[in-house]
Amino acid sequence: MASLIETTACEGLLPVATQDVTLGELPFACITSVAPFDGRQDAVAAALKAMGLGWPGPGQSVRAGDAACFWAGRDQAFLIGAAPEGLAGIAALTDQSDGWARMHLEGPGAEAVLARLIALDLRPAAFPEGAVARTGLGHMMAVLLREGPQSFQIMVFRSMAGTAVHNLHQAMRAIAARAAV
Amino acid sequence: MRLTCPLCGDRDRREFHYYGAEVYADRPDAGAALDAWDDYLHLRDNPAGETRDLWYHEIGCSAWIVVTRDTVSHRILQTALLTARQRQVGKFVYQEGDLREVPAKPGAATGGERP
Ligand SMILES: [Zn+2]
Repeated sequence: MASLIETTACEGLLPVATQDVTLGELPFACITSVAPFDGRQDAVAAALKAMGLGWPGPGQSVRAGDAACFWAGRDQAFLIGAAPEGLAGIAALTDQSDGWARMHLEGPGAEAVLARLIALDLRPAAFPEGAVARTGLGHMMAVLLREGPQSFQIMVFRSMAGTAVHNLHQAMRAIAARAAV
Repeated sequence: MRLTCPLCGDRDRREFHYYGAEVYADRPDAGAALDAWDDYLHLRDNPAGETRDLWYHEIGCSAWIVVTRDTVSHRILQTALLTARQRQVGKFVYQEGDLREVPAKPGAATGGERP
């Protein structure tokens, strides 16, 4: 059998930084898509509650230590950083750990960088800490989460990692260039 | 143009995929008459005014949305999840996206009921 070399989605691409903003890759974490079976929404919410989490409403996330549950679409959530205990049989579960590139964008200019690629109001009043959006980053489908006043988590399909880094880095440089004028 | 996804809120039109008239969600039964299939596949109204069509929130939450809009004024009048639509099948009313079956009220219409 061939000897395979394990690489992360953004291996060799990140981190990159400008004066105001840094873009890095988040460490590997288990990602499980959780889609409750019809009529089992309450049971799924209870199982997540037992893990210290809960079912996130649309556009929301629930966090407990290193584990988190992100709303990820209609009747779908991503369980990140924890095994899907007690969910078998009541929800469709798919391991998507290797399917996503997870990035972290941070700095005073982070919102301005995202404004060049995402057509959403990302001001804290409209998109507060813990808020999640499933939306477009340029032409890519992405999951966006606000982690703090100046930091965001961005997830794109793993196959899009190179394009996402390119687009984000380009926006970072453009914001830095404008600030330098 | 912007559409309000019932789950995601106000979003740019580029996040959506247009699928056509709402009646495309009312698939005839397998044994339906040829006329019903012809109607379902090929015949559409082209109203000047209020119309209802299906949009898919493709670069978003993956929900199918029934959009009521006015083709004359271009106003969006209502958006609703397709799964929230009630459907009458035989003597049952199905709330799509939910397994509950509710016996239909006597005298209720037998066509697709709108939310
Ligand atoms: Zn949506």
